[in-house]
Amino acid sequence: MNEKIKVELQCPMPKFDFDVITMGHGSGGLLTHRLLKSGVFDILKNEWLDQQHDGAILNIQGKIAFSTDSYVVSPIFFPGGNIGDLAINGTVNDLAMCGANAEFLSLSFIIEEGLLMEELWQILYTIKKAADKAGIVVVTGDTKVVEKGKGDKIFINTSGIGHLHPKANIHHNRIEEGDVIIVSGNIASHGIAIMSVREGLEFETTIVTDSIPLNHMITSLLENFGENIKFLRDATRGGIASVMNEVAEITSLGIYLDQKQIPIEEQVDGACEMLGLDPLYVANEGVFICIINAESASEALNLLKGEKECKNASIIGHVTSENKGKVIMKSKVGGTRMVNFLPGEQLPRIC
Amino acid sequence: MKYLSEYRDPALVEDFLNEIHKITTQPWTLMEICGGQTHSLVKNGIPALLPDKITLVHGPGCPVCVTSISIIDEAIYLAQQPDTILCSFGDMLRVPGSQKSLLEVKAQGADVRILYSPLEAVKLAKENPNKQVVFFAVGFETTAPANALSVVLAAQSALENYSILASHVLVPPAMEAILSDESNTIDAFLAAGHVCTIMGLDEYYPIAQQYKCPVVVTGFEPVDLLQGILMAINQLEKGEFKVENQYARSVMPEGNLIAQKTIHQVFEVNDRVWRGIGNIPQSGYDVKNEFKKYNARYKFNIDIIAAEENKECISGDIMKGLKKPKQCPNFGTKCTPEHPLGAPMVSSEGACAAYYHYAEN
Repeated sequence: MNEKIKVELQCPMPKFDFDVITMGHGSGGLLTHRLLKSGVFDILKNEWLDQQHDGAILNIQGKIAFSTDSYVVSPIFFPGGNIGDLAINGTVNDLAMCGANAEFLSLSFIIEEGLLMEELWQILYTIKKAADKAGIVVVTGDTKVVEKGKGDKIFINTSGIGHLHPKANIHHNRIEEGDVIIVSGNIASHGIAIMSVREGLEFETTIVTDSIPLNHMITSLLENFGENIKFLRDATRGGIASVMNEVAEITSLGIYLDQKQIPIEEQVDGACEMLGLDPLYVANEGVFICIINAESASEALNLLKGEKECKNASIIGHVTSENKGKVIMKSKVGGTRMVNFLPGEQLPRIC
Repeated sequence: MKYLSEYRDPALVEDFLNEIHKITTQPWTLMEICGGQTHSLVKNGIPALLPDKITLVHGPGCPVCVTSISIIDEAIYLAQQPDTILCSFGDMLRVPGSQKSLLEVKAQGADVRILYSPLEAVKLAKENPNKQVVFFAVGFETTAPANALSVVLAAQSALENYSILASHVLVPPAMEAILSDESNTIDAFLAAGHVCTIMGLDEYYPIAQQYKCPVVVTGFEPVDLLQGILMAINQLEKGEFKVENQYARSVMPEGNLIAQKTIHQVFEVNDRVWRGIGNIPQSGYDVKNEFKKYNARYKFNIDIIAAEENKECISGDIMKGLKKPKQCPNFGTKCTPEHPLGAPMVSSEGACAAYYHYAEN
């Protein structure tokens, strides 16, 4: 593990019998019991987990959103975070994009035999911090261990539910010509932070992941602009280019982007140049696209810019009836180009 | 961004465009050699901003595109050998061989790694003494020095488990092959800035003279490309055919002498089959006999029967500038980046991929 990106442990790791996860920790027997009791349950402690039930019993009324996601990032530790906060923020954000505020999450680990106990502890601790920040509780979960070589250190699945905001009406079929497209912050930081620690590509940088919970921000947007917000999507895998293509395809409307307005940190832009990657396709973990009616756009932008985590938010384009089903971008030098779906993974170039 | 934003300055771009519009009186066809130039042009939407009289055709300067199908098959064969790590630049992974691509054999369990530098592969060989590490050494003169250096370093460390599959191609012989083709329509070349950074300008004087064809060594950013185009049009309008250097911030007239020395230490010039174009005499580099233990072809005793190209792919015509990607009946239908018939649809420098990703209509 990269020493620089370890989180500072603020509470001591409990004494385990083993330094690494073994098959026995997934057996359901004594080792599993000890791991859960002195690890997971203690850290994530709440009234539901305390019951040590097979599942959580929740009293829920009203309209809720439900989402699930799996996390397989490699390496599991990277500048600014690890797979743990990614797994919490990811599902919290998926729910936020539906117009819902996440409340309860499930948490499942698939651990490869041999994972350092200390690494698992760090991930759990990060999960706790992320959960507190997002204001959610982990109410149920599972741990499985697979043989060495059958996983990649640790995979995490989280599912979550949360009440829909009463003013939310997010649906792509409400998008119309003239609507304005806002991006909530600098793009491509997460993907480049991961790249910078990937084997064979390591490079010195201070770029960190942008992974944050977006639920508080979305609640505030919905509170202020309600139905005027027509569409929300976090621009994770495939970056903002993929989100824009999905919108163009599903609405059969055109998307017009202005490259000059797309915010990107200079260092990230430079790294993309060096690696031969197009930042429009690079993954984000705390950046979303908001499509809003034109009248509310500048007010919504101001609200976003007032928040520290969205201070670089920008209006990057609009929805048009021209070039139906396509995404067209005006380049910085004034020409136009098409922005297409990415076929497969973005691969670094030769020279 | 320093040294980048200056070359993307919209005001400068406009100045160059105005000047190009002002001086262009006749129809001219220019070929940019390098796929990096093609992508920059199309990605920035530059062709549509030029006078209608100027036609840009896209050259063969995409190492991924011109690497022959047999060499891809060789790489795939090597990747499938037991205890072998095949290292490659990322671009090569999706290129179809006669049966499959490296990406597919990787998915089937072969140890294929994407690296940025052959020196990383040497490091990998040191760290994995029980495995054979092969670097797929493709590219033009630009990547040859680093690939050669990896062999020199492996020899110095007496590494027994490192070798390269060399598939280097050279620009000047390809330019001559294009110019000697009867159907060629090219009036001037924008030569590849990074190739010339290594090799210098000397090889281009005889070509400009013999074929009465201006050669402007050009960079890759919008301002570079427009200045290169302006310099070429300027020569054409005046009836000149000189070698000029637009990319002087990187290209010295004599090139990089240390890099050239390393190339010549390890490689010798030989004939090379270019994908889609065919055999061009004296157009490639292969590993010299004295370094043969670092030559994967020798080490693994590869004997692969030359595979046939997909006949539906017109990549040869594309790379000679005889046809544009959208003139291919299979463009975007039978041939897409997910299911390419030929390499130009795959590579980040391939002309077909540039049109597929960026060009409107």
